[in-house]
Amino acid sequence: MKDEYILKIENIIKDFPGIRALSNVSFKIKKGDIHGLCGENGAGKSTLVKILAGVYPHNTYKGKIYFNDEEIEFTHFSVRQAIKKGIAIVYQELALIPEMTVGENIFLGREPEYKGTISWDRLFSDAKEILKKYKLNIPFAAKVSELSVGQQQMVEIAKALSQKVKVLILDEPTSALTEAEINSLMEILKYLKHNGVTCIYISHKLEEFFRITDKITVLRDGLVVDTVRTADTTEEEVIAMMVGREMKERFPIRNRKIGEKILEVKNLSAGNLLAQSKMAIKNISFDLRKGEVLGIAGLMGSGRSELVTTIFGEYGKHVTGEIFLEGKPIKISSAREAVNYGIGLVPEDRKKMGLVLMQAIYKNISLPNIRKFSNALSVDKYKELNECRKYADSLNIKTPSLFAITESLSGGNQQKVVIAKWLMSTPKILILDDPTRGIDVGTKYEIYKLINKLAKNGIAIIMISSELEEVLGMSDRIMVMHEGKCTGILERKAATQKKVMALATGTKNYSGV
Amino acid sequence: MKILNFNRKIKIDIKTYTLIIALIIIWLLFGYLTGGIFFYSRNFSNLLRQMTIISFLSIGMTLVIITGNIDLSVGSLTGFISIIAAYLQAVMLPEILQGLFPSLSTEGLGILSTIVTIIICLLVGLLAGICQGYIIAYLKVPAFIATLGGMLIFRGAILGVSRGRTIVPIENSLRWVAQGYLPKKLGILVVAIAIIVIFLMSLQNRKKKKQYGFEIKPFTYDFLIASVYSVLVLGFVLIVNNYRGVPNPVIIMVVIAILVTYLANNTKFGRYVYALGGNIEATKFSGINVQVVIFKVFILMGLLSGVAGIILTGYVAAGTIGGGMNYELTAIAGCVIGGASLSGGKGTIIGALIGSLIMASLENGMSIMNMSVFWQYIVKGLVLILAVYIDVASKKNNS
Repeated sequence: MKDEYILKIENIIKDFPGIRALSNVSFKIKKGDIHGLCGENGAGKSTLVKILAGVYPHNTYKGKIYFNDEEIEFTHFSVRQAIKKGIAIVYQELALIPEMTVGENIFLGREPEYKGTISWDRLFSDAKEILKKYKLNIPFAAKVSELSVGQQQMVEIAKALSQKVKVLILDEPTSALTEAEINSLMEILKYLKHNGVTCIYISHKLEEFFRITDKITVLRDGLVVDTVRTADTTEEEVIAMMVGREMKERFPIRNRKIGEKILEVKNLSAGNLLAQSKMAIKNISFDLRKGEVLGIAGLMGSGRSELVTTIFGEYGKHVTGEIFLEGKPIKISSAREAVNYGIGLVPEDRKKMGLVLMQAIYKNISLPNIRKFSNALSVDKYKELNECRKYADSLNIKTPSLFAITESLSGGNQQKVVIAKWLMSTPKILILDDPTRGIDVGTKYEIYKLINKLAKNGIAIIMISSELEEVLGMSDRIMVMHEGKCTGILERKAATQKKVMALATGTKNYSGV
Repeated sequence: MKILNFNRKIKIDIKTYTLIIALIIIWLLFGYLTGGIFFYSRNFSNLLRQMTIISFLSIGMTLVIITGNIDLSVGSLTGFISIIAAYLQAVMLPEILQGLFPSLSTEGLGILSTIVTIIICLLVGLLAGICQGYIIAYLKVPAFIATLGGMLIFRGAILGVSRGRTIVPIENSLRWVAQGYLPKKLGILVVAIAIIVIFLMSLQNRKKKKQYGFEIKPFTYDFLIASVYSVLVLGFVLIVNNYRGVPNPVIIMVVIAILVTYLANNTKFGRYVYALGGNIEATKFSGINVQVVIFKVFILMGLLSGVAGIILTGYVAAGTIGGGMNYELTAIAGCVIGGASLSGGKGTIIGALIGSLIMASLENGMSIMNMSVFWQYIVKGLVLILAVYIDVASKKNNS
């Protein structure tokens, strides 16, 4: 029996100031399994794997962890200890050094030395060997900054494998990957399983669990709901376990009331206008009506984010083409002008572009709107707090206080703060760039409902999404982009996954990584 | 209503309290080591005046640091403005003013000269701030480099204006600005007004909270807090009145500190300063013109360097070539001890002032003890490192 379970987790309790992140979590992981870990944001998944990987040292939590039947307690330099034992984690946010090569990144901190100097030949030949052994198709001498997100993910995996890990933890590895990249990641994981590596797999995309995992453990509010064999369950069952209730429909129904044309974009190009190949977007034309949800589909790097940031003034004067707002031609060369025209942008990367994480929640909500609460001399803080409270309440932001630091919120609630700040600015047009990325099912549904409500109130919405189902489920029309160009605009009824995919890949066969 | 829990705020303030406790410990230590001399009201009055010149710089530097920038030029700029003030008073203005107003008495001419000097010096500071701010905010030269250049340029300009000599004499009126005292009765009157304002503000806050339905603390709580502040203000003035009264530059410092604190906490501008220091991208994407904000912060810094330069000239009663040397570092140290983070987004004016006061106390205490200058530098350096270490260590424990 000794070797059946590689990891046994018993009665783990972890507290953060004011919040119990994990209360009495116990479960076991079988050797060689791909073990799925799912739950809504804030359910405790990331906290749990951070304990396993030694990010939180032994004295900061209660409970026991057995690795190969031996109790482990990581204390000093605990992440290093964990890796030595054979547990490594690949984070959601990649931790590579962009200006270094793949090989250097793989052996960072463990460079093979010869008489005190780095032996570059060995480093690169070892890197090449590892990549080859695990069938990772990446050039070992390329700079990481030149790789796609999916390839970078694989470098992370190679880095872990080079340290002979026995348990590989993947924390939402696919949230930034394209379909093709996800496919090849799945292949790699299957191959690793074949080689006896145990995987803990965290994701928000349930469909992936059913593609590769052997077992699924569902967490909710810091508790284990159940561990089930993947073969014995269904997506609906898992969702029900995650949210604690039955989910009738994935996308709420909306009564469409589409009004007059509010935005018209003609032949918009941006970026380096001198070279066709270096333009971020090329010759894009579309229109948008009040109360409409225009979905934008496209793979990573298709120019979909660049399109919306162009409308938001990011490319300054490096733009050609025309934009009409309510029939009048306008020029937008900065975010400030866009906001003044009544456009709001919930950006792709909320931590980098959406929030001042170190500041209080209310300050983030009011940031674009302070003018509303202030005269020439001062900000009326109580009026401001009162307004913020209204929006925080109506969006159901879960926090003990509006004075809490935004960083302390879970991803879903952080996204709600970004949305709240734009709602308060009462925009005519709200652009949401992948608003549900890395967000749990329950909050996703809330955001869908909110989008529908806004559309009903006559706000025109542009929504980019990485998930095909989401674009198809939410949009009135779908614009598909490929390599900076618009390859088609589909009516909701005419759109199917296949059609969108064909347009997104530019009808050529997408060859993958 | 759970969502608005004001208790959170008190936690943040604990940092300021620890700073005050550190200050008190340092004072007690020096009180003991100097056999009580440190606590004489004469010394206390001197201590405060010594900190003023640096504190003008710390106040401006706090905002600069909050935006995630740095200004290395302020020491040289202060010295440059100081030498200009001296040059105006000793060389240029007497002749010109005498020519323009031959009927005025010597004393009248002196006062006029001081007023003109102050205006010109503030304008020079403003102009320097505009230049550096433009280069940093719009031409996007990193602040470290731009102000390092500024530091050399102003240091060179000092030598150019002074030709390597100390410039004297300085008018009595300018000396009075930096060395004089507020009449004792006037001091008491100012305190009385301050106390009334403190209580009115407390009441106003309660009214506002009630208006929007926020929970309010019991009346006695707010009353007690206001009383504590009042006693502190009164106590301070009584102590310095025991010597000669409130030093003029201290009054200027307090007024500027209050104005800039108000600017930082209660205006749009202040909000933008903190927000862009925390995350410049997110602030830009919120439709805020971040370049203008940075530009204005550097203009304010230039203006405050002007104030520091004027007071420096009056205090030393001369324009010297070494004026303002290393002030930028002491000012930055004060801000950092006071909790400002060099990576931006964090810092308070009151923290910077207490930080400057800690540095000034160390210098003052060690001077009374007749410690050699070399030890003074070493101790100040160690304290700076220790203060930041404690801050870092306490953050680690919190997370």
